[in-house]
Formats: sequence, structure tokens, C-alpha cells
Amino acid sequence: MPPLPEGEGTKGEALEDVDDMSDAALLQLRNVRKTFPGVVALAGVDFVARRGEIHALMGENGAGKSTLIKVLTGAYPRDAGEMLLEGAPIDPRSPMEAQKLGISTVYQEVNLIPTLSVAENIFLGRQPRRLGRIDWKQIRRRSIEALERLSIRIDVDRQLSSYSIAIQQMVAIARALDVRAKLLVLDEPTSSLDAGEVEQLFSVMRDLRRQQMGIVFVSHFLDQIYAVSDRITVLRNGNLVGEYATAELPRGQLIAKMMGRELAEFEHQPRESQSTRKAASLPLLSARGVGRAGSMQPFDLDIRSGETVGLAGLLGSGRTETARLLFGIDRPDSGTVAIDGVQTNLSSPRRAIRHGLAFCPEDRKTSGIIPDLSVRENIVLALAARGSVLRSLSRRQQSEIADRYIRALGIATPHAEQAIKNLSGGNQQKAILARWLAAQPRLLILDEPTRGIDVGAKAEIQKLTLSLVAEGMSVLFISSELEEVVRVSDRVAVLRDRAKIAELEGERISEQTIMHTIAGERTT
Amino acid sequence: MTAPATDPLQPTPVAGRSAAPDSPPARKASPLAGARRLLWPVIGLVLLLILDAIFIPGFFGISIADGRLAGTLVEIFRWSGPEILLAIGMTLVLATGGVDLSVGAVMALAGAICAQLLTTSGWPPGLAIGAAIVASLAAGAWNGALVTLLDIQPIVATLVLMVAGRGIAQTIGGSAHVAVSGKIFERLGGSTFGLPTEGLVGLLAFVLTAAFVRLTSAGLLIEATGNNRTASRYAGVNVKLVTFLVYVFCGLCAGLGGLLQTADVRGADASQLGIYWELDAILAAVIGGTSLTGGRFSLLGAVLGAVLIVTLTTSIQSKVPVEYALVAKAVVVLVICLLQSDAFRQKILRRR
Repeated sequence: MPPLPEGEGTKGEALEDVDDMSDAALLQLRNVRKTFPGVVALAGVDFVARRGEIHALMGENGAGKSTLIKVLTGAYPRDAGEMLLEGAPIDPRSPMEAQKLGISTVYQEVNLIPTLSVAENIFLGRQPRRLGRIDWKQIRRRSIEALERLSIRIDVDRQLSSYSIAIQQMVAIARALDVRAKLLVLDEPTSSLDAGEVEQLFSVMRDLRRQQMGIVFVSHFLDQIYAVSDRITVLRNGNLVGEYATAELPRGQLIAKMMGRELAEFEHQPRESQSTRKAASLPLLSARGVGRAGSMQPFDLDIRSGETVGLAGLLGSGRTETARLLFGIDRPDSGTVAIDGVQTNLSSPRRAIRHGLAFCPEDRKTSGIIPDLSVRENIVLALAARGSVLRSLSRRQQSEIADRYIRALGIATPHAEQAIKNLSGGNQQKAILARWLAAQPRLLILDEPTRGIDVGAKAEIQKLTLSLVAEGMSVLFISSELEEVVRVSDRVAVLRDRAKIAELEGERISEQTIMHTIAGERTT
Repeated sequence: MTAPATDPLQPTPVAGRSAAPDSPPARKASPLAGARRLLWPVIGLVLLLILDAIFIPGFFGISIADGRLAGTLVEIFRWSGPEILLAIGMTLVLATGGVDLSVGAVMALAGAICAQLLTTSGWPPGLAIGAAIVASLAAGAWNGALVTLLDIQPIVATLVLMVAGRGIAQTIGGSAHVAVSGKIFERLGGSTFGLPTEGLVGLLAFVLTAAFVRLTSAGLLIEATGNNRTASRYAGVNVKLVTFLVYVFCGLCAGLGGLLQTADVRGADASQLGIYWELDAILAAVIGGTSLTGGRFSLLGAVLGAVLIVTLTTSIQSKVPVEYALVAKAVVVLVICLLQSDAFRQKILRRR
């Protein structure tokens, strides 16, 4: 979507009385801890939401944003720490309880029932009764009132699904607000809205701010954060980085804080990739104007043989969307893709694979591994799927292939017949890599190949990527860790808010340049 | 495309480079790992046979009459034939995460078409059987198309044919018994090498199917599709084609089962043939260790499940009054399913 104009005149307007903290503080979290088996999701975090303020919660993957939201809405019990609502300690055990206390949440996915009417959705589960029967008159009247508070006038008797996602989102907010909410938590409410709808949502948020409501806002879109929020809290790896007034935190700073380094640190990072590529050679893959409404704005991208192209950008910037478009999982609604200069229709993963593409998806569990099948079966799957059923690999050939990759990639498993679900994340990732290496692709798309795996395996996978490229394979490398992108890439495409905004090459590839590019500032 | 069977065996770009020098040697998997799932159906069957030995005199008696074997066990083998066919087809459908409720109706359809073509139209038996087989393939293709092309949930998609198929069968065959005759039916309903032909056909179908799915990559593709559809699609598996073909195969199995039944009673009654068989087939597959949620499947387990169900039905019929037979069957099935459930066994063990 087009970047929203900055500094819309509303910024900072609610900051005046913030100095008086004790009065404005609506909800306070002190030293909140939450651990999951093997993971510290929140390592003692403080957070303050104030009346009449829009407070943005920022952080990259694994920062602890969603855990924090779930703790303050009662979906997760906290392990330690205090929660104070208007100065009084609270301990909500469920979202219902939190809602009764005045903390209402609207999630990214609209949690309503599409086949019921708007009014029914707003009052579902708490229908007002009259003489033991549901008081439909009152439901209609109060639904209309609740929506009018958001400046929405629609027919509340119509089925919810007949309205746009934006209106459905408003209905969800109306439902959340009707119970005299004090704090409204909006968890990525804008991810499926278009620019106009986002503006509509923002004006509702500003209205509510004027009514002294506290709002916690989570979004991956920097422009939106700067357009609507008064204050930003940044989390990283389960720790609080800090709380800042939006007006006083330049974008570059914000990104640096999210990424976990000061801007100065980004200079002179060693790069291992050899960027001396035959730029003249015909690109292996060449995308022109490829895009899909609501997912990724049209972009151009060339990937040459033996080249690593990195995709850099914040969470939600369109990295995975780009990969899905190229691999034929989502069909582009504009643009063309050429392989070896020949225009090609990559309309399904099978077609993409036939043209030599391979894709290691970001979410290993849901779209990478076949959990109940053995490591061997997982490794030979792409080969088996490509070949004809009648000329299959014998069991012996399969075992040979599996054993060789288990050894070559150092996959830690007692034997090839172990079910892959019993392996650690890093070893699962290596097995998925082995699946594709066995199929000998020409272009390997790696989406967050090192996420959630230990440091040693991380380094191995980076090294492996570099050596594959040295031997002629092309790689599209997607990662939220800039350091990693810089290390392996010959060229970096920078994405922001679902659009490709720049391409960096050679000496210009550094974390600093990438960060400045994302922030939309000129490179110094 | 180059031959995938040989390419991957060439030296690979990564071989030996990032290998951890002390990576553990690939140990051999236990050969019994896959057999564990078959433990409970085997135990169930053995228990049942022991009970039969105690309570039903002469259950194990086998005599030779007319150059063929006779006795209860032989009859169980005979009746297992069609049951095995249906269980095999159903197992593969379940493995893809689907279900086929129409197999009973497809049995009736095949039987009715065959009988009607023989008697009214005077077709030769071979052609009539061929037409019935084509019809059951078409029925399977219909189910597969509804599930894959129109994305209808399998239970709903196959419900259509469960109802409509029997309706069509009755339209063709009426609701009376249409007798069939001919050498081929005498043979199918009779004996080969002294053993019931029906049982032998069931066994042959099992051997051929098992060989096909395990010696080719078909089994892997089916299990992958059922276990994680998205990941399979991303890995290049043609999940729609796999799913479609599995329904076609299931239709074929049901049709063959219907023909065996027709041969068994030398006729077809479209209103009775195959009634409730879809449930027995699902049950046999589940007892055999195939999960309703898809993924791993066991054809041998399905065969064991089918034999178990036929043994159970036979035993109950000879001991329990007809009106209680279904209840007794339900109780035994429930016990077997509970035995199979890991959660249930753990609960029992923990309580001790």
C-alpha cells in the first residue's frame, strides 16, 4: 500500500499530560516473566499503557510481542511479575476475565462468526434478556449505537460476511468496546486492510483516544506506526529495549533497536560472498512486474546463475510473499517470469520445480516436514514426486541417498528410519535442505533457513549456502537477520511494506545501508 | 528432465564438505518398527479364535468334500475375500486423509449392472463383468472429482454416491434378487485349488496392491499427501492426482467386492447388496492401524482387520441370537478399538 503521509497533525497531541505518569497509567506490567519449555519468551518486561494514548508494541520475530499481548489479555498465565490495572493488582485467567476487567482485544484474524448478523456478532454470548427471552430490540439499538461510536453506519441485521474485512474488523472492535473497555489491544489489525481502510481504522483509533481510552497497537508497518502512535515500546529476544515517544525516535533508530544493534555498529561488517559475478550473463530467473493484490506490489527481480540474492526487510515487508509468488504457491495477478530468457508460467509448485526451482519454507512444521514419515522418506520425497511412479527409486537407492545426505549435512538422527518429527528443528531443516539438494535444483529459495535453530547449525547452513553457490547453484536467501543476509548475498533486494524499494550490490551491501534504506533515509 | 533414479547417486555438490567428521554412523532401523502397529489386531484375532475354540465345538474342524476344503475356517476365508478388497481400497483413501462412504452402494451398482446385463440384455458374462468394472471405476472417478476438483469434504462428497449409487442400482436391478448364472460365477463363488476363490481373489488383490504401493513410490506419495498436504504440495507431489486416483482405486475395489458377493449368492439384490459394508471397511482399516486422520497406512493390517471382522461376525452368528448380534459385535469392536488406543492403555496403566 502507498506510504501514508507522515506527521498527520495528530502525532504528539496526546502527549501533554503524560508527565503525570501515575495518573495516566492505565495498565502497568512490572517485571513480567513467561517461559515455555526451553524458551524464555519474556525475561522480566515492564510495560505501561496510558489513558488517551496509542502505544505501539514493536519487535522482530521472537521478540516476545505476542507473548506479552497474550499475558496482558489473560490468554497465558504469567510466571512472575505484577500486573496493575489503575493501580490495583489484577490476575486475569482468561480473555473473558480480562474483558470483564476492561481489557479488550481484537486479533489479526477476525474472530467472529461470518454467518450471523452484525448485531448477533456484537452480542454473541452476552445477549441482553427480557422476561427470559433474548431482547432483540435492545440488541439492534445497542449495536447501532456501538457502531456509531466508530462512525460506522451499516445495516446491523445483515450477515457479517456480506461486509468487507475492514467493516468486519470494525464490528470486532465494536464488540470489544461495548463492554465498557478501558484498554483496547489491536494485534496487527491492518494486515488485511487496504490504504483507505487503514485510514478509516486510524480515525476510529484517534476518536477512541480522544475518549481517553488506552490503545495498544501492534503492526509491522513502520509508516502506520509513525502515522498513528504516540509512544513505542521495543522488545527484543524477550527483553525490554526501551520505551520512546514516537516523535523523538527516528526510524533508523527504531530499526536499529529492533534489530539489536546501534547504527554505528553496522559499518564494516565482513562479507564472505564473492560479488564478482558475470553480470553480463543471462539471468536464470527474471521477474518483471510480478505482484499480487493484497500480498505484494509488482516487483522486478533478476537472479543469475551462481548468485545469491538476499531479500531484506522487516517482518511483514513481503519477503515470504515474494518467495511464494516465484515458487507458484500464490499466483501472481500481474507480471511475467522468464527462466533462461524464456517466458514461463510458474503457476504451481510442481511447475516451478520442473523449471529447477526449490523452496525451503519458513514454517518447517506446517509446510516443510511430513511429520510421521521417516527422515529417509522426507529426503527422497521431492525426487519421488518428480519421477514417474513406475520408475521409482528402490528402497536401497533411497537409503543410499538418505544416508549420504545425513552424513554430508551432519543430520543428527539415530538412523534414516527415524520419524522426522522426533528430530530437533535444526536437523529437520537440514533434512528439508537435503530433500532439495537431492533433487539438484538450479535455484534454491531459502526462507528463514536458520530461524529457531542453534548457533552451530546456523553457521553450517550459512556455509552450506555459500558453497552451493560456489558450485553454480543460485540461491534466493530470505532472512530477518541482516547480518546473515549481508554475509551470504551477492545482491540484496530491500523490501518495505510489501514493495521492493531498492536493490544493493557489491560494496553497497552493508547492514547500515540496508537499515537506512528500510528507514527511507538517504545513505550517508 | 533427466532420470531421477540415477542422478542423485552421482557425487553431490555438498558431499563430504560440511560433514561433521565424527557424525554418528547411520545405524540400522529395527525391522520390527513397522510391525508394532499390527500387534493389536493380531492379539484380537488370536483371542477371538481361542474363545471360538472354547465355546463353539468343531470351529476348527476342516473336512474334504468333493475335492475341496469345507468347515467354518474355510467359510471365514471365503467371506473374507470381498471384505479384504473393500478394506484395501478404504485404507488407501483413509491414508490420504479422506473417507469413502459410497463403497457399499458401488458394490450394489456393480452387482446390479452385471446381473441385469446378463439376464435382460443377454450379454456374455465376461462383458457384463467388464461393464460392471467400468461402472465402478467411473463411480470412483466421480468421488475423486468431487473431492479434488470441487474441494468438497470427502465425507459429504461420497455421501452423494452412497445415496444416489444405491438408487441407481435399484433403478437398474429393481429391488428383487436377479439371478446370475454362468461358469465364471460358479468359479468365482466356488473353489480354486480346493480353496474358496473369493478368499484367493482377496489375497491376490492384497499382494498386488501391497507390491505396487511399496515397490513404487505410490505408497510414499499417498502417505505424504495424507500426513501433510501443504508440505507435500511444496515438495512437488501432485496431491490432487494422488487423491483422485486413490478414490478411483477404491471404487474398483468396491466393484470387485460387489461382483464377488454376486457370484457368492449367484445373484444380486440391489436393495441389500453391500448394505453397511462401508462401515465394516472403515472399521477393518482402522483396526489394521490406519488412522482416520491420514498418513501412515498398513495394507496387511487392513487384511487382518477384515479377517477379524468376518471371524467375529461368523462367531457371533453361531452363538448369539440374531437380534443381539449387532450389539455383541459393537461391544467387541469397542474393546478392540480401546485396546488400540494409546491414550486409553496409558490411562489404564497409570491407574494401577
